Amino acid sequence: MSAARPRRVFGLLGLALGLVVGMSACSTKRVTIDTDPDAPITVFAASSLTGAFGVIGTAYTAAYPDAKVEFSVGASSELVAQINQGAPADVFASADGESMGRLEPGTNGAPENFATNRLQIIVAPGNPKGIIGLADLARADVVFVSAAPQVPIGRYTQQVLAAAGVIAAPKSLEANVKGIVNKVVLGEADAGIVYVTDVLAAGSKALGVDIPGPVNVVATYPIAVPAASKHPDAAARFVAFVRSPAGQAILARFGFGRP
Amino acid sequence: MTRRRVGQSRPPTLALLLAGLAVAFFALPFVGILWRMPWSRVGSVLGDQAVREALRVSLETSVLAAVVSLALGVPLAWVLAQFDFPGRSIVRALSTLSMVLPPVVGGVALFFSFGRRGLFGQYLDRWFGIRLPFTTAGVVVAQVFVAMPFLVLTVEAALRQVDPRFGDAARTLGGSRWTVFRRVTLPAVRPALIAGLVLSWARALGEFGATITFAGNLPGRTQTMPLATYLALESDPESALVLSLALIAVSFAVLLGLRDRWLGAPSGRTSVAAP
Repeated sequence: MSAARPRRVFGLLGLALGLVVGMSACSTKRVTIDTDPDAPITVFAASSLTGAFGVIGTAYTAAYPDAKVEFSVGASSELVAQINQGAPADVFASADGESMGRLEPGTNGAPENFATNRLQIIVAPGNPKGIIGLADLARADVVFVSAAPQVPIGRYTQQVLAAAGVIAAPKSLEANVKGIVNKVVLGEADAGIVYVTDVLAAGSKALGVDIPGPVNVVATYPIAVPAASKHPDAAARFVAFVRSPAGQAILARFGFGRP
Repeated sequence: MTRRRVGQSRPPTLALLLAGLAVAFFALPFVGILWRMPWSRVGSVLGDQAVREALRVSLETSVLAAVVSLALGVPLAWVLAQFDFPGRSIVRALSTLSMVLPPVVGGVALFFSFGRRGLFGQYLDRWFGIRLPFTTAGVVVAQVFVAMPFLVLTVEAALRQVDPRFGDAARTLGGSRWTVFRRVTLPAVRPALIAGLVLSWARALGEFGATITFAGNLPGRTQTMPLATYLALESDPESALVLSLALIAVSFAVLLGLRDRWLGAPSGRTSVAAP
């Protein structure tokens, strides 16, 4: 046992040393661009795109069997922050132009709009509180939740309420649109303003109440390949697929409009 | 293998190396934050009304959560340590389960139990008109849920170490059960008690997942520092760094201050410090 001891010590020492060397090697590695169109890509998508992009991903890999796509979904504002901190995004699909514009150091080519979305009031199935319009959101017996002004849906909600002249005090400012949907679906909140597509995605667990066209906001979704992408060719092919008739048909099924 | 001398003056090189690696691993992220800190903006960010509100909410709720954890956790730890009853191991597992539960799941579980339609929460609402979600009390509930196990574990471990003969002796001298607990048992586990209290407070202070899920995010009411930091990270990463600095400074000061004064860690060799 005592004979084996020094060797084990050196083994551990080697491991520790290897870790340190390995870590420094990672940080100094040169950025290499992979032009293979089948290179695995990571798509950063606004959380309202979760369902539609899941299906688009399946259709895309059916069309290009050697391709590999992974998705990372979250609030557009959160995704921009992650990409700017070095998260390996090959495609960024944002719920608003402002988040796209904050991307550093920009994109390969100008971002292209690929979908639109309208807003709806989300309520519980059967609409137990009898919410018929924006004015009901200000009622004292209605628990209304919104999103933080940093998040696109939070900003859109402010715009809609301002346009309708409604002053409603939200009980919570969620970190993303799914947070609003969850609070209503779980029954903790009575109403929130979300995208039409979110109401559709919630299925039988929620109901949508229309917001009149003149005060409604049409959100336009831009898509682009971040300049830092290491697989720009594969990423560009995915973007083209999203904008193709096949991609647009899937988006339409999830309630998105054409740009 | 030869037995090592106790009180050796210098640790073995390998241990020193690995310990150094561990320290570097803990310290580097903080160095990273300090390195990128926009020092010229510290004053203006911390002077911001919303930030001061978040700090106030954080301090109030975390202190309250630590006090609630103490009030409920010490009796629980005592029962677990001193009494043998059927299902004790189940109770112990149950009361520490929230440590391994992803906090977001914990938040949803709190909805199912304490929410307005929850198993228990619907009666709170119907009978007393109390609704926990989206309130400051809800923040405390979420924090206690994740923080109390730290206190229970720490205190229970210490209570098990206390020699039962001390208590027996005190009781033969005429002390009531309460007096013995207060005058003999509690002083014996004081370091663990304070350690548990500080750990649960620190856990409550940093709580994010259960809070944002169960209590929502409303500035001045349920928005704690971790929530404010998370949201600031999206719009203004620099101010998020400043918010983190405030949180780190507060926690570090408390941990540092309490450690030497109350826990007697550096000098005391015995596991139970004399009162």
